[in-house]
Amino acid sequence: MFASGAVTVSGSMTVKLACRGLSAYFGQLRALHDINLDIATNSVTAVIGPSGCGKSTLVRCFNRMHEVVGGARVEGQVLLDGEDVYGPGVDAPAVRRRIGMVFQRPTPFPTMTIEENVVAGLSLDGNRLSRTAKERVVERGLRQAALWDEVKDQLGKPGTSLSGGQQQRLCIARALAVEPEVLLLDEPCSQLDPISTARIEELLSELAADYTIVLVTHNMQQAARASNFTAFLLGGKLVEFGETNQIFTNPACRETEDYVTGRFG
Amino acid sequence: MDEPQQLHTNRQYEEELRTLRADLLRMGGLVERQIAEAVGALVERDSEKARRTIAQDAEVNRMDIECEARCIRLLALHQPAASDLRFITTGFKITADLERIGDNAVNICERAIELNEQSQLKPYIDLPRMAELAQSMVKDSLDAFMRNDTALAEQVIARDDEVDALNHQIYRELLSYMVEEPKTIAQATRVLFVSKYLERIADHAANIAENVIFMVKGKTIRHMDRSKR
Repeated sequence: MFASGAVTVSGSMTVKLACRGLSAYFGQLRALHDINLDIATNSVTAVIGPSGCGKSTLVRCFNRMHEVVGGARVEGQVLLDGEDVYGPGVDAPAVRRRIGMVFQRPTPFPTMTIEENVVAGLSLDGNRLSRTAKERVVERGLRQAALWDEVKDQLGKPGTSLSGGQQQRLCIARALAVEPEVLLLDEPCSQLDPISTARIEELLSELAADYTIVLVTHNMQQAARASNFTAFLLGGKLVEFGETNQIFTNPACRETEDYVTGRFG
Repeated sequence: MDEPQQLHTNRQYEEELRTLRADLLRMGGLVERQIAEAVGALVERDSEKARRTIAQDAEVNRMDIECEARCIRLLALHQPAASDLRFITTGFKITADLERIGDNAVNICERAIELNEQSQLKPYIDLPRMAELAQSMVKDSLDAFMRNDTALAEQVIARDDEVDALNHQIYRELLSYMVEEPKTIAQATRVLFVSKYLERIADHAANIAENVIFMVKGKTIRHMDRSKR
């Protein structure tokens, strides 16, 4: 269950996403060192670690978002259903459709209504939806994001008129509308109040029934509450990976122990 | 994880954890003395000593409430994880075991006061031995707790069998008294109770030792065959 060699999830779970010998660079700076990790299908995997440990870089490598930064490059493999997303001929936007992402700050498109925001991914993709198809997508997305009941009577209002927590759920709805298989969330609650945070955490466990979820968080309690598996990164290396319960009650590595008990720095 | 651990970044948290540890050790010291004095009150036929020992239990009870409150506060305010979580939950259980040991010492004192009102049935030989063993188990279980010493904890658990054997031996001996001379039943039963209280004290010490093993290794060994541990 450790950094050396391949990391496997236990027993009956199937692997949706995996990385093998994954290293990431920003110019000369190596941000990730030889990461081997398996992400189980229909589960929530949390990625924790102190600031600058490479959490965000890791998930951005998963859907080929890392390479959009100038001078950034990736070595090794990221396997989605066993196929390397960095393989020859693989289209990066196609990967990003299958692996959706939600960011730290809620980012509804400011000029769009709630409804337009939800279908933005589809519209920008060049899909022309009929009115009924659009309504279906909007309702499904908002329901999945547990936002429908709160906004169903105001779908024409600007997305930015919502509260921070609602905006973040709107972004989740937008990410889900394109029907991805994996959902990456990069510190999705860091700007939210505790109630909105609890909503999102509850939502994650519901979404795990249909999606594979990777949650980057600097909030250890959030990882403990909301995930099935936890990966601990330190200095760009994967220190420990295991079931969340084990990581928080009886971690195997000293560094993990020090981090989860607050003995850092 | 043998090397000394780093301090917590949060100093107040570190301080609370230290205080919990110190309080549990102090409480352990108190109940050890309670056991010795309770059996002393019996063997020396000193009912005054028994009453003093009973009075000391108030302090143990007070500390139990305090330790428990501290554990709850630590859990609520600091969301402890890993070894801290195991330390605090173990502390939560240890305080309850120590409090029960104190109660058992009180029970010994109560029987001692009753027994001291009558002439002695027989010299107490095995009971002081048993008390010494139980007391050493309490002491060592807390030393094991303080030093994260699982080997010592294992020894404590093993010693429980000796106490059980002595308890059984005392039972058989008293039974023969009672069969021979039914007039001794009231007294013999009280002595038998004392033996049972000591046996319970040893059980609580063994519980503490088992919890220390959980605390250190993160592995539960309670209610398991020795061979499978």
